Amino acid sequence: MSNAQLTSAKEFLIRLSENSGVSGYEESLTPLVKNEFAPLADSIQQDSLGNIYALKKGTQGRYTIMLAAHMDEIGLMVKKIDEKGFIRFSTVGGVDQRTLLSQEVIIHGKEEVLGVIGSIPPHLLTGDEDKAVKIEDMGIDVGMPVEETKKLIQVGDIITLRRKPVEMLNNILAGKSFDDRAGVVVMKVCLEELQKLSHAHNVVAVSTIQEELGLRGAGVSAYTLNPDLAIAIDVTHASTLDTKGTVECELGKGPAIALGPNIHPVVYEELVKAAQENRIPYQVEPVPGRTGTDAWAIQVVQAGVPTGLLSIPLRYMHTSVETIDLRDVVLTGKLLAYFIAGLPEDLEGQVCY
Amino acid sequence: MLLKLLTELNGTSGAEKEIRNALKKELEPFVQNMQIDKIGNLIAEKNPNHPGPKIMLAAHMDEVALMITSITSDGFLKFKPVGGIDSRILVSKVVKVNSLFGVIGAKAIHLQKPKEREQALKTDQLYIDIGAKNKEEAEKQVKLGDYAYFYTQTENLGQGYLKGKAFDDRVGCAILAEILKREYPLNLVGAFTVQEEVGLRGATVAAYHVQPDFAIVLEGTVSAHMLEVEEEEWVTVPGKGPAISIIDNSSLYLPQLLKQVMKIAEKQGIPYQLRKGHKGGNDAGKIHLSRAGVPTIAISVPCRYLHSTVSVLAEKDIEHTLQLVDAILKAIPQEFPLNK
Amino acid sequence: MPYDQNPLDYALLERLTQCFGPSGVEGKVTALIADEVRPYCDEIKTDSLGNLIAIRRGSGKKIMIAAHADEIGLMITHIDDKGFLRFAPIGGVSISQLPHRRVVFQNGVVGTIGVEKLEKLSDLKLSKLYIDIGANSIEECRQKVQIGDSAVFEGNFIHQDKRISSKALDDRVGCFVAIEALKRLQTKHEVYFVFTVQEEVGIRGAQTAAYALEPDLAIAVDVTATGDTPKAHPMEVKLGQGAAIKVFDRSMITHPKIKAWMAGTAEKHSIPYQWEVLEFGGTDSGAIHLTKGGVPSGVLSIPTRYIHSPSEMVDQGDVEGATQLLLALLEGEAVL
Repeated sequence: MSNAQLTSAKEFLIRLSENSGVSGYEESLTPLVKNEFAPLADSIQQDSLGNIYALKKGTQGRYTIMLAAHMDEIGLMVKKIDEKGFIRFSTVGGVDQRTLLSQEVIIHGKEEVLGVIGSIPPHLLTGDEDKAVKIEDMGIDVGMPVEETKKLIQVGDIITLRRKPVEMLNNILAGKSFDDRAGVVVMKVCLEELQKLSHAHNVVAVSTIQEELGLRGAGVSAYTLNPDLAIAIDVTHASTLDTKGTVECELGKGPAIALGPNIHPVVYEELVKAAQENRIPYQVEPVPGRTGTDAWAIQVVQAGVPTGLLSIPLRYMHTSVETIDLRDVVLTGKLLAYFIAGLPEDLEGQVCY
Repeated sequence: MLLKLLTELNGTSGAEKEIRNALKKELEPFVQNMQIDKIGNLIAEKNPNHPGPKIMLAAHMDEVALMITSITSDGFLKFKPVGGIDSRILVSKVVKVNSLFGVIGAKAIHLQKPKEREQALKTDQLYIDIGAKNKEEAEKQVKLGDYAYFYTQTENLGQGYLKGKAFDDRVGCAILAEILKREYPLNLVGAFTVQEEVGLRGATVAAYHVQPDFAIVLEGTVSAHMLEVEEEEWVTVPGKGPAISIIDNSSLYLPQLLKQVMKIAEKQGIPYQLRKGHKGGNDAGKIHLSRAGVPTIAISVPCRYLHSTVSVLAEKDIEHTLQLVDAILKAIPQEFPLNK
Repeated sequence: MPYDQNPLDYALLERLTQCFGPSGVEGKVTALIADEVRPYCDEIKTDSLGNLIAIRRGSGKKIMIAAHADEIGLMITHIDDKGFLRFAPIGGVSISQLPHRRVVFQNGVVGTIGVEKLEKLSDLKLSKLYIDIGANSIEECRQKVQIGDSAVFEGNFIHQDKRISSKALDDRVGCFVAIEALKRLQTKHEVYFVFTVQEEVGIRGAQTAAYALEPDLAIAVDVTATGDTPKAHPMEVKLGQGAAIKVFDRSMITHPKIKAWMAGTAEKHSIPYQWEVLEFGGTDSGAIHLTKGGVPSGVLSIPTRYIHSPSEMVDQGDVEGATQLLLALLEGEAVL
């Protein structure tokens, strides 16, 4: 892969990460996503719930391949403004309460308001430090009297974590919402690669909504497209110090190709074949049941869809310091493109059980 | 703004060099004697030959941070806290290790059992990830004993507040630096102390060799004025003015001194509050017991979320603290007799 | 208030709440509603699950209004030889609130829920509860009640000043608001008033109804909790502050355009409203919005205290406000 490719993927990911797009509120990401995919697609559309479809036509166009990566991130929501002006909040998606203390946030009210989730100082602790602080006991400090706060912020406003992505050694990047904005970047890399390859089938890259709340966008968009084959692109856990023995995938070893009941066996074999033939490093990820990704929803839409899943290894999922290797992102995009280009013209015949 | 500069520098107990150098550079034109003592305190003296009492003002340069204590075979960094840090605030944060960025991650929520989520992660379960592939690569960048600092920009928050790291005690340093740029008919010694967070170490040494007649400690102090905390637990309230200490875990402040300070504040119309808690401590703990004893007071800027990656204070408190210290210095010795 | 001259028919609300209709056995409730709405709509039908659909034909947007006809209850699973009944919960029934409650069967038989002796309170679980209908033997019992019969909780209807309390305001008050709106409605849109079944056991009726109808937009009318009682779970919604526009619950995040439309309409007509963030629970819109290719959906909520108890409580003003707002939404342009 070229440095230019790595840099371009990094820049898109950073822009996606710095933007806000909590589940249900993905509108603010729409212009960025549409602009990035427009030069690579024949058409861009959006449905009533907000899923964005980027269509790249194939030479034959008889079959449609759906790619799905979710744009939404987990976040928080204003639940109440207390009499002192502190904002009490609820979670949107699986937020770990242990990651919130001492975190800067942005409240998307009438304007963007900076806030801090404070913590009781250690000098005043009474010995309960073994218990995690519960979200009900947390509040956001915005540095304003309550009347001023109420002019700018109301119940239901969305709150995102404030985190600028940071670059570490070895092309490793850390930041928020790489789950699954890294997948959106993969789809773009894939469409870029497809410009250089010839592919028979239509490809629709769908940036889905509300995956974090229950794969909601995926089911609906798969229903609309009723594709002949679908590949979901998400993130998967990469091993860290405290997951030895439970997590096998590693950062920097290439995309993880899932297999198990959620995955069509032929789709799995074709993905592995594409990786081997094109010398792309990959890892195998066996999943005995739900993959917990858009693939689970897509597989049973309408009369069923042969589905596969490619995952980018990621550490510290659902924290504000999710960590990935940029090379894994680019490699996943390339693998996807080679897979699509390598599919036979008679797709239906290929994917029977 | 000097506060922004000072808070964004990195320097923990025993490693205060960056702050010391910045202050030295800033104050050289304004003081007659500048020296670094044997433990690293920066001592800046004005009017050394002036008759009358010798006044020492102290503010500590060190902030709480993390010290790297081992490097695992995969290249992760294990650490121990320098100073008092509640391990619960460390999770999901960005740190700076030497010139590199690192992150303190957490096991993904999906991989935790429900009971796990209720247990706080302790410091020995946490580690810093700098993206190194293995121990060898990490060792090229980081040595045992290096430090990891919180990474936070100092910026405005809401209306009249600031957020940033290390307000404890860079706000004290900033106020002291400003005082030293002004002229008072007094023998004034500014002591930028080291290692307060690990036991008031620099102050012990500074008080001994400076031998002041009176000392004022300038601090950033706790405020628990937040959420459901009951009023009796607040300690201080941001925006209500400099907090004058009455008692803490290392000092009982002399009531007659306190009365005088409050009188001056009231006369000048400077808002102030009393620091209403008995926990925590500061350099006064060692200064007031130095040699035969030194009358000492402590005046602090209230800060929320002390010793975490981001604290909050009210800008006007800085201004009022400066005014109060200025008024006290001007009142010595006529209106502020220092006889025991 | 616009309803001073043309008041809402609270006697109807009483009949609705006191009508028997646990999830799965909603027939009596839908029959009552059908009789009430027949003069006001162009067509009435019932689908295979039992959903009642009352249609107002039109040429504008196709809008679905959903209010669920079912209530929580219990189903008999066993009769012992002394004539005591064992049961399973239907919907979100709180086990700790069951001892000594009164239940009513479709045929009018009344029973009391008894509890076996407990070593300590925390031992209370479903298997320690039974229903006593006063029968002396299994044969006597079987004359009145069979395995598979359902029962609902007793809770009579009281209208005291501006507060109404009763069992099953969840969601008969939603049905009531829909019916009263339908009676007054003048609109160009094609509106489907769907009185859904089996919401309490998993939003089931709404799923199939929406699949068949394929509406352009949908609004569910349901109850929501409040945060205004002593040491309540923190929540901004209060009784008497107007109908609530839902932002979020476990089943759905309301699309920002729908929220803007609902709030904008309320403001335009000076109808007081509140924003609702519910940290648990779901409504029919949770199922409707994910039907087929997706349907933009919202929820109009009536603030209610003590939900799922025999004495749920609403404010008359909020009920009237909800009716007003529903009408305003259906009579406007419905452009998102």
